[in-house]
Amino acid sequence: MKIADQKTKAVDLVREALEKAKQYEDYHCFISMNEARAIEKAREIDERIAKGEKVGRLAGVPYALKDNYLSPEGVTTAAAKMLDNFPAPITATAVKRLEDEGAIMIGRTNLDAYAQGSSTENSFFGPTKNAADPTRVAGGSSGGSAVAVALGIVEFALGSDTGGSIRQPASFNGIYGIKPTYGTVSRYGVVAMASSTDTMGCFAQNADDINLVMDVMAGKDDKDSTTLEKFWKDQLPAAKEKKIGLITDFMGDGVDPEVVRCVNEYAEKMKKAGYTVEEISIPMLKYGLAIYYIVQPAEVASNLSRYDGVRYGLRSAKAHDLDSLYQETRNEGFMPENQRRILIGNFVLSSGYFDAYYLKAQKARTLLIRAYKEAFEKVDVLLCPVAPAPAFKFGEKTDDPLAMYMEDVMSVPQSLAGIPSISVPAGKTKDNLPVGAQLCAWRGNDQMLLSIAKHVEEKD
Amino acid sequence: MNDYKMTIGIECHVQLNTKTKLFSGVDNDATDKEPNSCVSPVDYALPGMLPVLNKAAVDKAIQAGLAMNCKINLISRFDRKHYYYPDLPKGYQISQLYQPIIGAGVVYLPDGSSVKIEHAHLEEDAGKLSHFDGYSLVDLNRAGTPLIEIVSMPDIHSAAQARLYCEELHRLMIYAGVTNGDLYQGNMRFDVNISISKTDKLGTRAEIKNLNSFRSVERAIEYEYARQKALLEKGESVKQETRGWSDATGKTSPQRSKEEAQDYRYMPEPDVPPIVLEQSYVDEIAKQLPMMPESYRSIFGVLSLDNNEREAILNHPILAQRLAEACDKNSALAPRIAHWFSGILLAEENADKNFALGTADELLELSEMVENKELSSTAGKEVFLEMYDKKNTSKRPHALAKEMNLLQENDVDALGAMIDEVLALPECAKASEDIRNGEMKAIGFLVGQVMKRSQGKANPATVNELIKQKLTQ
Repeated sequence: MKIADQKTKAVDLVREALEKAKQYEDYHCFISMNEARAIEKAREIDERIAKGEKVGRLAGVPYALKDNYLSPEGVTTAAAKMLDNFPAPITATAVKRLEDEGAIMIGRTNLDAYAQGSSTENSFFGPTKNAADPTRVAGGSSGGSAVAVALGIVEFALGSDTGGSIRQPASFNGIYGIKPTYGTVSRYGVVAMASSTDTMGCFAQNADDINLVMDVMAGKDDKDSTTLEKFWKDQLPAAKEKKIGLITDFMGDGVDPEVVRCVNEYAEKMKKAGYTVEEISIPMLKYGLAIYYIVQPAEVASNLSRYDGVRYGLRSAKAHDLDSLYQETRNEGFMPENQRRILIGNFVLSSGYFDAYYLKAQKARTLLIRAYKEAFEKVDVLLCPVAPAPAFKFGEKTDDPLAMYMEDVMSVPQSLAGIPSISVPAGKTKDNLPVGAQLCAWRGNDQMLLSIAKHVEEKD
Repeated sequence: MNDYKMTIGIECHVQLNTKTKLFSGVDNDATDKEPNSCVSPVDYALPGMLPVLNKAAVDKAIQAGLAMNCKINLISRFDRKHYYYPDLPKGYQISQLYQPIIGAGVVYLPDGSSVKIEHAHLEEDAGKLSHFDGYSLVDLNRAGTPLIEIVSMPDIHSAAQARLYCEELHRLMIYAGVTNGDLYQGNMRFDVNISISKTDKLGTRAEIKNLNSFRSVERAIEYEYARQKALLEKGESVKQETRGWSDATGKTSPQRSKEEAQDYRYMPEPDVPPIVLEQSYVDEIAKQLPMMPESYRSIFGVLSLDNNEREAILNHPILAQRLAEACDKNSALAPRIAHWFSGILLAEENADKNFALGTADELLELSEMVENKELSSTAGKEVFLEMYDKKNTSKRPHALAKEMNLLQENDVDALGAMIDEVLALPECAKASEDIRNGEMKAIGFLVGQVMKRSQGKANPATVNELIKQKLTQ
């Protein structure tokens, strides 16, 4: 990662990023740019370097911010009409920590509204194009951030991952993406989707850059009671002998043969790098999607309750009394996918259905976590695809919500278990579309995954 | 014909007097503050805001639970209770449905009965709406104030008992120090569930919500009993519904029926980790808890106070504490102190609760002076009031009595001289004559004259004896 110093000017790094952003405007990575403020900040850093003052570990590094992180620079939209003019009065902890180390936000990236979707087509501002093939989707929900990194506009970008929203777009665009252990990075100041699986992470072109950014962001935050004490170290651990389990349940039916080929090739590379790879079956994983699409909509319905037109954000002009204030505002402000999840969520939480759906799903979630625990007694790392297929065409799945939800089948089990999971470039299909391999481990072993990925890449 | 039996259960909301709110770290005391001035982004429910539990509220909840003889659950969790209203910024209230912090317990009432507590849980208060012509305003100062909701078993069977229960809860919460207890400010609010039946099978209940005084609890129940009875006697049935009470009309009226009842879509709160307590931590809080009214009642048993007197004193923990200390040191001298206390409480508009009472030793000293006839009982009360009213606590009672010139004259020589002067008065000649002739009832007049001359300081018994000696020997 290029960091500003006596030779490299922060202003140049930022200008270059802004120029590239302009050059790739057609891809629609960004919802809004932070040009003036970014250059001003870069100047300040250059002045401090010139004076010989100490600057941060990310001094002058331009980055892109998924537009569901709050910060007073510009407006935070979450790609929703509900918030399309919402100036945040506070700064998300993750953003604050990056900025304290000198990183410079150049723009806010596109996403599925409220981070709900797997293609970035659910954005109020229109979709983002895939970096490898502009006729295809970026993946989602953190599509804008993934494409901004894949196109080389920025060296890293922030995303959020609730059920695959970092890993799947990373896979679709051929870059690295991490969903760390739940609680590694504070959720304070990030528009909530599903609280029990919302996880803050990032995209970059290599494992070392991911490691640096995560090291800066990770650690306890008094404003988020679910954050963990900092376990992240500044250096990646040395590559050691590890046993890898290739999940057979995700390598068969319903998975694109090209994806299977790429992941198998990645498994071969791992062997070449000295790792033991064996096959493992975890039948419980196939229930992950069903569990997720009960727990997550319930939390979504709850978390989106606050958007009522009373205090901030959209207030429908059609409102004439209290009921219509709620109804019209929420009708106009939410995308159809948001509304679908609110309906599902309220259904599974309603009295008479709670036990049959929500409670049962939570029990199954406990079984799923147990299944992971048992698997990690046999192997150190699990390997599987990120998604069943490479990036699809625009509109291909928008009319079929279930097909869209199937995109998440291989990424939600890790979210439900709160375990770290990374997406690493595994290869390309014969149509030249990137395919990622997914590595996951038990909680707290995030850096082991990065060191393995790095080692495999070096030995390739 | 048997009359209808009433069955009543009460839910009581108590606002905890923590420094900051339950989840936001913002000032919890909005008294005399501008609307929406005690509000943070968390209270305002901005996107991305997360609740952070205030540990002080947990401690207060434990104190409150122990005051009601409740089991404290070592693991408790929060849940979200969803409904839409402009005074509820998040669209849900963070409460405890499944695993509350306070388990079963019992509250003993002054009449000897008791009411079992089902459970009590921690939750956050909502804001306040003010309605105007064509618009409403929201004030979120109160949003996020910690509450405990105390849920009783349906153990109450009369309006009077319900009132006693509410009063006792109020006392317990004040003793435990968990609330300011100002009912007028809504620090404690009561929801009453009431049904009536002639058989053992419970009748259909109505809930009367948001009662904010003991009197309205009592009146609303009396009204509701009459209303339900009238319905049943007409052959109609009671509807399960929520009703509101109006102090002005003295009536309850329907607010929401069972069919319109909200589905709160409860869900475990994922943003707040469970409260996990060590038993030793709870024990430590228990150790620091002051004595509760029920214990005082048993201590005060030896004083043979009447109930009103005793309960009036119990309403003020500081008085109860002093009296118990005095009782402990000298129970023979304590009843007089109790009378002084109840005197000031019952007689005057003593809103001022900042009693400056002096120590138990000083109060006992004063009581002993009356006992030893150094002070008349009237003078004793005067000295007490001087100590209380004027907060004149820098002097010991004896010095104070002396300064107030109230010490009783017991000196036989001095009194003898004073009696001689009185007997020499022409208006006393007739009475003196009567006594010499054996008509002793005239002595009262003479004693009164001497008392007057001594400005009340003479010991009347001594005077009586001396006059008798002088006139009959």
